Parts: sequence; structure tokens; C-alpha cells
Amino acid sequence: MSAVDPAVPRVEPYQPGFWRQNQRRLAPWLFLAPGMLMFLVYVIIPIFQSIWISFYDWDGLGEAIWIGIGNYVELLDDEAFYTSIYNNILWLLLYLLAIPAGLAIAIFLNQTVFGIRLVKSLFFFPFVISQVVVGLMFSWFYAPEFGLFYQLSEVLTGKGIAILADENLATFGIIAAGLWPQIAYCMILYLTGLNNINPEQIEAARMDGAKGWSMLWRIVVPQLRPATFIALVVTVIGALRSFDLVSIMTDGGPYGATRVLSFYMYEQALSEYGYRMGYGAAIATVLFIIMMVFISFFVVRLVTRERSG
Amino acid sequence: MFPTPIAKVSAPVRIAYKVLLPVALIIWLLPLLGVAMTSMRPGSDLTAGNYFGIPSRFAGIENYTAVFRDSPIGWYILNSFKITIPTVVGAILLSCLTGFALAIYRFRANIIVFFLFVAGNFVPFQILMIPVRDLSLRAGVYDTALGLILFHVAFQTGFCTLFMRNFISSLPFALVESARVEGVSEWKIFRHVVIPLMRPAIAALAVLVFTFVWNDYFWATVLAQGQNTMPVTAGLYSLNGQWIAAWQLVSAGSIVAALPPVLMFFLMQRHFIAGLTLGATKG
Repeated sequence: MSAVDPAVPRVEPYQPGFWRQNQRRLAPWLFLAPGMLMFLVYVIIPIFQSIWISFYDWDGLGEAIWIGIGNYVELLDDEAFYTSIYNNILWLLLYLLAIPAGLAIAIFLNQTVFGIRLVKSLFFFPFVISQVVVGLMFSWFYAPEFGLFYQLSEVLTGKGIAILADENLATFGIIAAGLWPQIAYCMILYLTGLNNINPEQIEAARMDGAKGWSMLWRIVVPQLRPATFIALVVTVIGALRSFDLVSIMTDGGPYGATRVLSFYMYEQALSEYGYRMGYGAAIATVLFIIMMVFISFFVVRLVTRERSG
Repeated sequence: MFPTPIAKVSAPVRIAYKVLLPVALIIWLLPLLGVAMTSMRPGSDLTAGNYFGIPSRFAGIENYTAVFRDSPIGWYILNSFKITIPTVVGAILLSCLTGFALAIYRFRANIIVFFLFVAGNFVPFQILMIPVRDLSLRAGVYDTALGLILFHVAFQTGFCTLFMRNFISSLPFALVESARVEGVSEWKIFRHVVIPLMRPAIAALAVLVFTFVWNDYFWATVLAQGQNTMPVTAGLYSLNGQWIAAWQLVSAGSIVAALPPVLMFFLMQRHFIAGLTLGATKG
């Protein structure tokens, strides 16, 4: 870009009037104003408000009482909070499987046979569907007694597994449901990446005798780095944001075993047992801080990449 | 090309691939196919324990009619459209402006503003929940389509700005410069030089935002309560509670709720994927 530096005004004798002279300096702010205003009101300011609320005891209606770090102290003794964090870590780690799985499917589909375009779109399908629908589909797939998964496990182990009713397994069942659309997303990123790989390098490597794993690992994967980066960003953020599937499939149960921070926050802030806004805000703040670690890493990389060209 | 094109490998491998491909597809879409099939099954099949076999007769019309007749799903769908379409228009309008500002002008705060839009995009929804709900209540837009539209427009503007800015940056800057030399005002440059070139970006964002907002569930539960506002995602979940064990109805409802974004995807596939894979190739 070679925009004129507004710090050095050009001498333009034929442009009288304030607007004419300053047009280029003011224009960006006028263009930004409506979008920025909305974004400030609905996104940026609420972040600080939430952090502020987390220092209060507040039911959402009555008077808010300042209790300092009281909510955070309470969190330290809250069993459900630890369950939620533990499950968030599980989500994060297992969700990362979407990246290699997506790459594998992309490689499998990166061919030119009849109808492959349709096949690729159909593989991408799960991502387009609402997570509510995905959650219902998997609940039905896992349903005790008649569900396909239950019957399959009955055949394999002699005893049917009602995965969503099992405290120790339910979270895995939900994560598997979440992986379905997430793999589809990573797959499409890698398909685009594979499409843009430099064919000469592949051919040259092939002449040098590279094939199979060494070709994949040394030649292809390095060229897919931009796709891998985006896949990593969307997968990490997706894992930590998980809410819909937990709410749809188990509603946090059985016995709160499938709670994650986002869900637990919602439960505390707006549950039928009374509104605990301050406590909810404290949980949200913890989740926000965890995510901020990743977000700042991602954004710094994104911005430096922008700057370098 | 990687992997080796299938046309260049031995015949047995090639045949194996062509057999494996549809098999893999069916396994991959098994949950979806199962639900689609259940939506065409008579209720009596389910009570008789025929969950996965061949339906005893085709009951698709009866199930889908029942869903629309006996439940407010039609309303929910309408609500979804009432929320989604204005959001798409609003977010695109705002982000054309912000994207233009960030791509064309160099000013000191440029990178900071850009940074805010991008970072804001990744925050957990829960950190926004209480203040946004509170704001909507106080502004009198809680449990209205407008309340959801305003939030979605604001939030989607973050992602859309990133997209638009990158798109406008990739346009030849000489166009803007030569217009400036001729004394064209900044607004007219935006309106008559840049906007006409942005069609593909607008199309890509339109399908993406449509899908994101249509599929939103969290904000629907936070900002909507009644049948008059609730979009189909939240509506379907509440219906699921009423239709206990009536899986043929749950399935039909799910298919209905999933259909609009699916159609959108098929109609505008190229744009959809171009939008989603932004940044996956360069760098």
C-alpha cells in the first residue's frame, strides 16, 4: 500500500475549506464510526463490564454488593468449577485431533474422479448444520437401548453402553459429536491448501525419490502451514467455546459431569435456581483469561504476518 | 499434485479407491442419513422397535405435516429469517465501511483498531452475556428480533471487517490513487470505485454470516424467550423436550431447521468456501 501519509499534508493551493483540506485525515474515522460504535457497545465494553461485575454479589435485579475477590475465592472451593476446567482441557486436547483427521480426509479426497466435487461438499455437510441439530442427531445415535452406538457396543462388548448417561464417558460422547463438524472444517481448509501447493516442488521431490510419509512430512505439510495455522485457531477457539452441544445433549449432566466453563457460567448466571450474575461473571472472566492466552498468540501472529506482507 | 493422482496408480488401487469413496461417504454421513430416514418413518415403527431397519411404509409427508401443523416450528423458522436477513445486511454494510477505512488509509491507530476487531471476534460469548442481556433489557429490545439483530450485527462486524479489509487491500491501489488525482471525493471513491469491485466478497460474507447467525443457539437462549422471537435453533430444543421419544418428529424438525443453511451452501458453494478458507493459502 502506498497511501499518502496524513502526517505530511500535501500542499494543495486549490483546496480551500476545512473539509477539503482534512478530508483524508477524517475520512477513515467517519468510515469506521458506525461499525466501531456497535462493536464497542456490544463487544469491547461488555468485556470490562463483566470483569467489573465479577467483583459483586448480584442477582441481576436488586442492589449489587461489592465483595472484592469473594467470587474468585468461592471458585477455588467449587467442585463444579474444577470439573468444568478439567472438561475444558479434555475438549481442547481431543479437539486437536480434528486437525490431523481433517488433513487425512483432505488427502483422501484430493483426487479427480467422477463426482468428487459433490463428494467433497457432502463431506463438508456437518459444518453447515447447526450444532443443535448435530447434538440431536448424536443423542439419537447414542440413545440407550435402541441407539446405533448402544447396539454396536452391545455386539462388541456384550453390554450396551449408554454413553450420555455415564458420568465418566458422557463428555467423550459430546466431544465426538463436536469433532464431526470440526473435522469437516479442517478438511476444507486443507483441501484449499492442497489445491495451492506448488506442483513443481512435489514433482522435484518425487524425482528425488521422496514418497509416502517423507513426502507428506517434509514437502507437503510445510507448504500447508497457513492452513494448519487457521485450523489450529478455529479448533482451539471452537473447543473452548463449546456450549451448544453440552446444553443440547446432556444439559451439563449426568450429575454435572459434562459441564464446561461456558456452560457452568450460563447455569450460574441464569439458572432456575436463581441468578448469580457476579459468580457467573467470575467464571466468564476465568474462561476469558484462558482464551486470551491463545487469542493474543494468534492475533500477534496474524498481525505480524499482515505487516510483513 | 499430492497425493499421486489416482489415474496414475495401478488398476487394483484405483478400483479400491472408487469403491472406498462412497463407502467412506456413507459412514461419514451416517448420523445424518439415520435422521433423514427416521423422519420418513411412521411412529408405529419406533414403538415396534424398528429404529434402523427399512421403514415399514413411507410416512415422510405425514411427519413433516405433523411438525408444521402441531408445533410452532413455522413461526420459529420465520423468526430465524427475521433475525438472520437483517443481520446479514447490517453486518455487510458496516464492514464495507470499516474494511475500506482500514485497507485504504494509513493512520497511527489503524493496526490497533484492526487488532481490536480481530481479537474481539475470538472472545468467549459468556464474557459478553450479562452486560449484553442487561443492555437489551434496559433498551427494551430483550426478547425481540431487533435485540438479537443488533447484537449479531455488532459481533459479526468483527469477522466481516477482517475479511473486507483483506479483500480491499488486495485490490489494485492505483484505482484509488488515480481517482484522487482527478479530485474524486473519498466517499465517491468508496461508493463508485471500490464497492462495485466487492461483489465476490459481499457474496462470500453473505452466505457465511447467514449460516453463522441461523445456527446460533447461545444468543437465542440468552436474548429470546417466547414463541414470538425464538429462532429455530432454540425452538427445536424446546420442542425436543415436548416430543419425548417421538423421534420421527424430532428428526423431521431437525431436517427442516438444517435445510436453509444447507441450501444456501449448495447454491453459493464457491463463495462459501472462499470465505471460510480465507488466509488458508497465503502467508
